[in-house]
This record gives sequence, C-alpha cells and structure tokens, in this order.
Amino acid sequence: MHELGITEAVVATVTERVPDGRVTAVRLEIGALTGVVADSVRFCFDLVTEGTSLEGAALEIEEPAGRCRCRACGAEFVPDWPIVICPCGSADAEILAGNDLRILSVRVA
Amino acid sequence: MLHVHDHDHDHRQLIAPADSRTITLQRKVLAKNDDLAQQNRDWLTARGVFMLNLMSSPGAGKTTLLEHTGADLAGRLSIAVIEGDQETTLDAGRIRAAGIRVVQINTGAGCHLDAEMVARALTAIDPARGSVVIIENVGNLVCPALFDLGEATRVVLASVTEGADKPVKYPVMFARADLVVVSKTDLMPYVDFDLTAYSADLKRISPRASVLPLSAVSGEGLADWYDWLAAATAGVGRPA
Repeated sequence: MHELGITEAVVATVTERVPDGRVTAVRLEIGALTGVVADSVRFCFDLVTEGTSLEGAALEIEEPAGRCRCRACGAEFVPDWPIVICPCGSADAEILAGNDLRILSVRVA
Repeated sequence: MLHVHDHDHDHRQLIAPADSRTITLQRKVLAKNDDLAQQNRDWLTARGVFMLNLMSSPGAGKTTLLEHTGADLAGRLSIAVIEGDQETTLDAGRIRAAGIRVVQINTGAGCHLDAEMVARALTAIDPARGSVVIIENVGNLVCPALFDLGEATRVVLASVTEGADKPVKYPVMFARADLVVVSKTDLMPYVDFDLTAYSADLKRISPRASVLPLSAVSGEGLADWYDWLAAATAGVGRPA
C-alpha cells in the first residue's frame, strides 16, 4: 500500500526538480532492506504518472542487496532479510547497504 | 560488489532519442517528508514538548490504552493526542470523552500520517512546554513505518490475539520500534501466544526494542507503562 505514496513522492520530486521537458525515463534505487516492494512501485508508476510530465516514462529500478556489519565480531555479512543476524549469532548489526530509497536520475527529452 | 541486478527490468530508456539528456538527482524519495519531520522535531525541542508515535494494526487497542493513560495520569502528565484515521472521528470522540485534548486527521485514501499532516496538527494543538503529544497513527503495520513524523520515540502496540508472528511478518515496523507494548494480556489464557518466544523473535528483528506486556482491561502492566512514559519524558520542557 505505501508504494502508492512512495511513487507519488517520486513523481512530486521529479516534477519539482525537473520542471521543464518531458521525462522519458526514471531510475530508482530500492534497497533490499527498505521494505518497499519494487513490483508494487512498478504497478503504481503508470497510474501516478498519468497526466504528468512523466507519463509514458520508462522505469528502471536498481535493487541493491542488504549488507551489514556485526557490532559484536566486526564481520560483514549479507542478512537473510527480514532477520538481521550475524553468522556469529549476534543481532546487533549496523546496516551498511540496502536501506536506501532514492531517485538516481531521470532522462529528459 | 553485492549489487543484485534484476535483468528482467525495462531497458527501453537505453534507446534514448539523440536530443535527450540525463539529469542526476541522487535524491531520497522521502526527503521532503524527512525534512518536514526534522522541522517538527526542532520545533518540539525548542518548545520542550515530547512526541510519541504510537503504531499498531487496527484493533490492537491504541485508543483504549490512551483512554486509560489520559484518565490515570490526569494532573501528572499533560497529554494531547493526534488521532489519525482514514475516516470518522469515532476515536477522537473517545479520547475527548476521556478528558484528553485531541486533534483528528482523516487521511482519506492515505494509509499513514505524514510529517506535513502532523505539522498542521501540532499548530492546532499548540502544546505547552513540558507536555506530551501522542500520535495515534493509522492502524496499519506496513505503511506508517517508513514515514518519520518528527517523533522522539516510536511505540508499536501488538495484541496477543494477533498472534506471535507479527515481528517477523512486519519487520520494518518492528525494527524501528523503541518499545513494543503487548496488549490484551488478559486474553492470554484463550490464545496461543508465547510471550517468551515472542520476545526472542523480536530481539532478532530489533535488538534494542524492549517488550512491555499489559492489559488495559485488567490493569495488569499499566503501572509499567506509566513508569516507562515517566522515564521517557523525564526532563522534557526543562531549560537545557
């Protein structure tokens, strides 16, 4: 459900930052640990962009994997989402990657 | 690198017209909300007001807990409530009847409150120094998790009737909680809910969240909740 609001935020940000020209492509980053479902964003995108300068734009989504550092043993590991637990058994970990939700770039005609 | 790439995604944009250009934005999708949330936080800090974001699924008992909290702490803690619902003012009416100041936000189609709605509600409430604002977020374990409202602390309420698997099923919500209140413990004899296993599961999702079991109906655990609130709000409103 929140993918609708997120997609609306994408469109609002792009139209604000790129007020002129027709947007033909949007590149997003949706990290594996954000809890945002890329397919749901794809589903919402066409609906939300209708009637805006993004209508008909292609949507490319990068989905970087999660990466954490254990605060107990210092090891870096890829968490088995949703359980962030180090192979050493500690759950006290810092998220290094996969937690970002960003608009990377847009292509304008 | 550990970048997973989905090779089924759309590559149409790679065949770009000659006169098109790429504009790098590198902008967080929720940057606008996050900025507004920080403004709320700064505003509250300057005023000496503590704001708590209370989240749960529908029917977990947020409103009931707030009714009891307002009544039991009357005269001890000045509380105002921002009530978020898709429709109706039913909950606001209940909170008001318990003697608590309340501002209702109806989100309509929206499934969560955002920082802008909360900013408007804060202006309407005009909270006094040393008081507490509790946001009763829209009943939903998914969407509200992502939206920072400017709160000082996040409390997730989960009732024993919902089952013990919720932290694992809704990890984003639980991972960002400072406190998890397990409600309706008076119904524990009738449901299959293992509090020990639940706490262990929660630790895996959120090592820092503490668990506080209570029943607003029997009163069990309410004193612990009031102690937690007192500790969380200690020093709020005093000059730095």
